[in-house]
Amino acid sequence: MIYFDNSATTKPYPEALDTFLKVAQNYYANPSSIHRLGSQSEELLKRSRQQAANLLQVSDKEIIFTSGGSEGNNLAIKGIANYFKDRGKHIITTEIEHASSYLACKQLEKEGYEVTYLPVDSEGKISFEQLKQSLRKDTILVTLIHVNNEVGSIQPISEVADLLKDKPTTLLHVDHVQGVGKVPLDLSQGKIDLCTISGHKFHGPKGTGLLYIRHGVNLSPLFAGGSQEQGRRAGTENLPGITAMVKALRMTLEFKKTHFSELKRHKEKLIQGLSTIEGITIHTPKNGSAPHIINISIKGLKAEVLVHALEEKEVYVSTKSACSSKDQQASRILLAMGVSDSDAKQAIRLSLSYQTTAEEVDQFLKILKTQVADLRQVMRS
Amino acid sequence: MIYEFLVLRFGEISLKGKNKKKFIVKLETTIRERLKRFPNLFVKRHYDDIEITLHGEDVDAVAEQLQSIFGIHSIRAAIKVENNLENIKQGALQIAQSEVKAQTFKISARRKNKNFEYPANVLNQELGGHILRNMEALKVDVHHPDLNIRVEVGERDTRLYGREYPGAGGLPVGTSGKVMLMLSGGIDSPVAGYLLQKRGAEIEAIHFHSPPYTNDRAKQKVIDLAEKLQNFGGHIKLHIVPFTNAQVAIKDSMPDNYRMTIMRRMMLRIAEKLAKKNGALAIATGESLGQVASQTLESMHTINEVTNYPVLRPLVSMDKIDIMAIAQKIDTYDISIRPYEDCCTIFLPTAPKTKPKREHANKFEQYLPIDELINEALEGVQTIDLLNKSQVPDDIDDLL
Repeated sequence: MIYFDNSATTKPYPEALDTFLKVAQNYYANPSSIHRLGSQSEELLKRSRQQAANLLQVSDKEIIFTSGGSEGNNLAIKGIANYFKDRGKHIITTEIEHASSYLACKQLEKEGYEVTYLPVDSEGKISFEQLKQSLRKDTILVTLIHVNNEVGSIQPISEVADLLKDKPTTLLHVDHVQGVGKVPLDLSQGKIDLCTISGHKFHGPKGTGLLYIRHGVNLSPLFAGGSQEQGRRAGTENLPGITAMVKALRMTLEFKKTHFSELKRHKEKLIQGLSTIEGITIHTPKNGSAPHIINISIKGLKAEVLVHALEEKEVYVSTKSACSSKDQQASRILLAMGVSDSDAKQAIRLSLSYQTTAEEVDQFLKILKTQVADLRQVMRS
Repeated sequence: MIYEFLVLRFGEISLKGKNKKKFIVKLETTIRERLKRFPNLFVKRHYDDIEITLHGEDVDAVAEQLQSIFGIHSIRAAIKVENNLENIKQGALQIAQSEVKAQTFKISARRKNKNFEYPANVLNQELGGHILRNMEALKVDVHHPDLNIRVEVGERDTRLYGREYPGAGGLPVGTSGKVMLMLSGGIDSPVAGYLLQKRGAEIEAIHFHSPPYTNDRAKQKVIDLAEKLQNFGGHIKLHIVPFTNAQVAIKDSMPDNYRMTIMRRMMLRIAEKLAKKNGALAIATGESLGQVASQTLESMHTINEVTNYPVLRPLVSMDKIDIMAIAQKIDTYDISIRPYEDCCTIFLPTAPKTKPKREHANKFEQYLPIDELINEALEGVQTIDLLNKSQVPDDIDDLL
C-alpha cells in the first residue's frame, strides 16, 4: 500500500496511540475534579501543555487545546472578530484559505464585517504590497494560511508579521495546520498573535489540536460553559488526545531533524518523474513550496477516475482537499491561482510524510504511469 | 561567534578575607551543576575570578544560565591574543565588528605587564583609532558607551573583553548557613526565601498541611514553589507538617479572636523544633509589617515569644506591590495565585485580634495540650527531597 494522502490526515504513530490508550485507561479522572485522581489528570495536562509550549518555543500560558484545525481557525477568527468588534470590523485574508477559515470569514460578512480576500498569483502566493495597501485603520485581523493544503504554496508570514509589529490594533492569525514539522514558523519572537495547529496532520489522533494565543491577546470564546483552558475553550479536556498529540508533535519535530532532506529528495524525484508524463501540469510552485505536497492535473483524465484507478493498486491520493473533495466543483484554490476550470477539475494531490520511503516513490511513479496509459487506451477506444 | 571564554567576577565575596576560598569553591560547585547541559565547557577557578572556556558553546545561552546564580557580580565574554600591538588591534576590531548593535564604544586598557612597550593611554588611542578607521558608524563615548572593550595586557597574553552581562549579585547560596523557611503557598513567602538565598542562605521549607481541609493541590503548589526556589541554588528539602489536629484543637478550645495568634505560635514552635533537628540556625517568614492581622507589631511581639531562634523577615518593610514585582521576576507569582486554600485561611476567625497580648495568649494556652500536639505533628512530618521527588505519577515522562 502507498499512502500519499497525508495532507488529508496521517496514520497515527503507534507510540502516540499507545499513550492515548494508557491515558484513557489510567487518567480518566476529570482534571477539574478536586480529588487525588483529578489532581493526577491535572498534572498530566499541565505537563502536556508545558511540553507543547517548549516544542513551540512559547509559554505554556499561551497554549489552548482544541479539537483540531477547524475549531482553531473558527475560534481565532470569530473570537477576535467578536472581541474587537467595537475597534473595527475589517478583516484581511486570502482567496486560498482552508474552508474553515474561508467560510468563517463568509459568515462574518453576513454579520456586518468587511472582509478583503487577497488574490494570489499563479504560484499561489499573495502580494505583500497588496496586503500592505489593504490595511486600514479598522483592520482588526489578518488571517493567513501558512502552507496551502492543496498546492503547498507558502505565504510570506514573517514579512507580514514584521509589518504588523508596529500595528498593535491589527492582530495576525496563522493557519499553520499543514506547516507543522515541515515548514518552520517562528512563534518565539511574539510577532504572531494566534496560530492554529491540528494533531491528526502530524500523526496524532483525530479530534486534537491547539491554538497558540500570544500572552496579552484577548478573544471571545466560541462555547459557553466551564472555565477550562483559561475560560477560552469550555468542555472537559480530551486528555488522552492532548497527551498523544503532544507526543506526536515531539516525534514529528525529531523526524524533521533526521528526515527533512530525505523528504525533500522524495518530492524532487516525484516531480522529476511526473514531468515525463504527457499532458501533465504541476500546479505546485517549483520554488518556495512545502516539501510534502504536489498538486497535478493530467490532461484528459478526470481526477475522480484517476483516484479510483490508483486505488485499485492500493495507492491512495486525493482530489483537492479532503474537506471539500466530495462535491464536484473545481478547486477554489486552483481557480484562484488562475488555473482553467477544466484543469482545476482534474487536479489530484499527492501528499507525503516523514514515513514515505524511496521505494514508495519509485513504485508510485511506475503505477501512475501504467494506470495513466491504461486509462488513455480505454478512453481512446 | 568570536568569544572564546567567559570571566566571572565576584561582588562581595572579594571582601571576605580568609573565607574567600570557601565561598569561591561553593560557587564553582553551583556553576558546574548549572552548566551540566553544556558538555564542552571547561570551568577553571582562579583566586580572583572563574574562567569558563566555551569550546564552541553559545555564549548567550551559557551567560543566561549564569545570570541567576547568586555570588556572581558580572560576566564578561572575552578573547585572548598574543602580546603584540598588531594582534591586540585586530582582536579589538573583531569584538567591535561582532557587536552589531553597539553605536558607541570606548577602550579601557590596563597594562599589568609593565614590560609591554605601550602604556595604557597609548593603547587606548591606538586601539580606538584603529576601530574608528575601520568602522564608520561607530562613535566614541567615554561616559556611557554601548560597548566597553576592556584590554588587559598580562604576563603571557592579552585578554580583550567585549560583551558584558550583569550578574545576580549577592552571595553564593549555602555560604551563610541554613534557614528554615515557612512556606505557605502565598505570594510573600517564596519571595522571602529568594531574598535569603540571595544573601547566601541555604533554604529548607516547612509547609503546614491540613487534610481534608486543604487538598493535595495546595501541597503541589508548595512543591512547585520550592522547585522554583531551587533554581537559585542548592537543592531544597520540603517538610510537610500535618496540622489538622492542632487546628481542630485550637478551634475547639481557644477563644475565637485569639485562634489565629495561637495557631501561629504553634507553627513557630514546630518550626523551631524542625530547625533544630535539621541544623538550621534561624526561621524565616514572608511577613511584612502591618499587612494582615497576624503581621502587626503587637502580633509579631506575641507570636515571637515562643521561640528564641532568630526569626528573619526579609519583607518586613516592603510594600505588597514591590513584593509582587519580585514574585513576577522569579516566576513564583503565577503559582502563588492558584486558587487553593492553604492552612491559614480555613480556620481563620472572622475577626482575629490585631493587638493580641502575650499574657492573654499564655493564659489561654494553659488549656491546650501543646507538647502533645507538637509531638504528634512532628511524628507525622513528611520530608520531600525535591531532587529525588516522586510526587507525580512517574509514568508521565514516558507518556509524553
